[in-house]
Amino acid sequence: MQTSNEVNPHSHQHHHDGHTHEHQQDYPKEPQRPTREQLAHIIGWGADLDHKNRPAVPMERKPARFIPPPVDKLPQQQENVEILVSTERPGITPIFGTAQPPSGLSGMIRRAAFRWSENDMRHWLLLLAADRVNVVEGVAEDLGKGKLPNVLGEMGIKSEWQHNKAGLAKKVVIAGAVVGTLAYLMRRRER
Amino acid sequence: MLAMNYRGPYRVRADHKPDPVIEHPGDAIVRVTRSCICGSDLHLYHGMVPDTRVGHTFGHEFVGEVVDIGSGVQNLKVGDRVLVPFNLFCGSCFYCERELFGNCHNTNAQATAVGGIYGYSHTAGGYDGGQAEYVRVPMADVGPYVIPDDIDEDDAVLLTDCVPTGYQAAEMGDIEEGDTVVIFGAGPVGIFAAKGAWLMGAGRVIVVDEVEYRLEFIKRYAQCEVVNFREVEDMAEHIKKMTDWMGADVTIDCVGGDAAGSIAQTLTGRLMKMQAGASTVLHWAINSVRKGGNVSIVGVYGPTFNMVPIGNVLNKGLTIRANQASVKRHLPRLIEHIREGRLNPKEIITHRIPLEEVSDAYHIFSSKLDECIKTVLIPPSAREVKAVKASAQQ
Repeated sequence: MQTSNEVNPHSHQHHHDGHTHEHQQDYPKEPQRPTREQLAHIIGWGADLDHKNRPAVPMERKPARFIPPPVDKLPQQQENVEILVSTERPGITPIFGTAQPPSGLSGMIRRAAFRWSENDMRHWLLLLAADRVNVVEGVAEDLGKGKLPNVLGEMGIKSEWQHNKAGLAKKVVIAGAVVGTLAYLMRRRER
Repeated sequence: MLAMNYRGPYRVRADHKPDPVIEHPGDAIVRVTRSCICGSDLHLYHGMVPDTRVGHTFGHEFVGEVVDIGSGVQNLKVGDRVLVPFNLFCGSCFYCERELFGNCHNTNAQATAVGGIYGYSHTAGGYDGGQAEYVRVPMADVGPYVIPDDIDEDDAVLLTDCVPTGYQAAEMGDIEEGDTVVIFGAGPVGIFAAKGAWLMGAGRVIVVDEVEYRLEFIKRYAQCEVVNFREVEDMAEHIKKMTDWMGADVTIDCVGGDAAGSIAQTLTGRLMKMQAGASTVLHWAINSVRKGGNVSIVGVYGPTFNMVPIGNVLNKGLTIRANQASVKRHLPRLIEHIREGRLNPKEIITHRIPLEEVSDAYHIFSSKLDECIKTVLIPPSAREVKAVKASAQQ
């Protein structure tokens, strides 16, 4: 494919084999711009050239269009599950998501994370740690239900086989080499 | 119902979950007929977004039919065909009153920096998303948009995020006639940022990526110049050579934390998680733009911090603008563009995959297999309804 990776050979002006350089002033003060005629073949060119046609200009626009008039107080959603709330808020929002409430060890870590604000690194690092613990809990949950998780299937091995056999073979070889090396090192240590 | 189920980084599957229920008088339940996998879903899929819980259902790009409404819903009725903007917004807070629907203050208890987003972790509110047969849609009078009869569902589903996000990316670049616009990322958002740049009168649109088939597609679809960053020595120097040594007037980051192109950034940002994703593209965007130029960011980064050349932002006098797209404010104009033939979003859909095969759908999209550009998931109930309608018509 022809791309713009190649630029005009005359445009590279640095000669490091001496003290001679081409002169910056030999280049145009302003970049060259195509004319409207040159751009006429572009589908839709300039339809929103006028900033008035751009729907998010200005960025803040009041009163808001496209939505019903605002209300003073929204009905408050009932709290039927545990919701963790940012310390940077005075309290829970009128509307919130209730999916996957915190539970188990990961839930304890998440509760701890919410003792710190979004401004504090500990908040995010603990949440990332909780996410990793949660993955192990997920596997345990599957096993607890008598279900052996099909990890390779979940990672899309079928499509890898279908569309990238060479890549799959490479991954298998690398994984085999890593496992083989580890096994060899462990056996040597046992001896 | 059947729904996508996150099990850990790079592991998702389709599972049965309880149907969603009305939890607030403003809620609706929508039966999903199409949902997409978005490039930003990959940040979740790769385990980069904190508080992504096992069991979560992703999906913030979906359309469907209203099947139930709460007692407070007045503007929607059962049977309406709706597209649902990816932002959850209340319509009444300080930000919504100013049309900043992507910054709603009333829909995300867990964080203040980001508003509620469907299926985008608990950091974005803890709402299950639309890669499922049914989904709870809060503030149903405010967010959803009834799909006009002449608008195809495939176009509508792309209007929930990638088209308005790309368009707003161009808008935030404050493009003037003849400007040179460099867009990093040739994925769906990059495609519509390129189309948006032309609509706003750009003089040159240059798209940078590493994936050849995507560069080939965008070159044809968006009539732009392309650069494969694997084939150039230094991105900032290359863009300057292409622009009479000035730099671009506007640069746009449509990639975010999953960027390739720098070993140091990939190692610290993506593999070791020492920063909130690799900021390679932001680095290029700042260093490739001319002095006094504009940098627009719609690529998603995590909530912690990133290594960026902020000193150059000061010394070059740059304007940086960034936001989640306020989807709803763009819809009337974008629908006009579709009707006028200036935009044809559905042409970017390369894969339609049953929801049952969500594991493979994610892997294909994430690994860019089979020349994938945009993947649409079709739930089994949507296929059954379509089959019944087709046989009734016969």
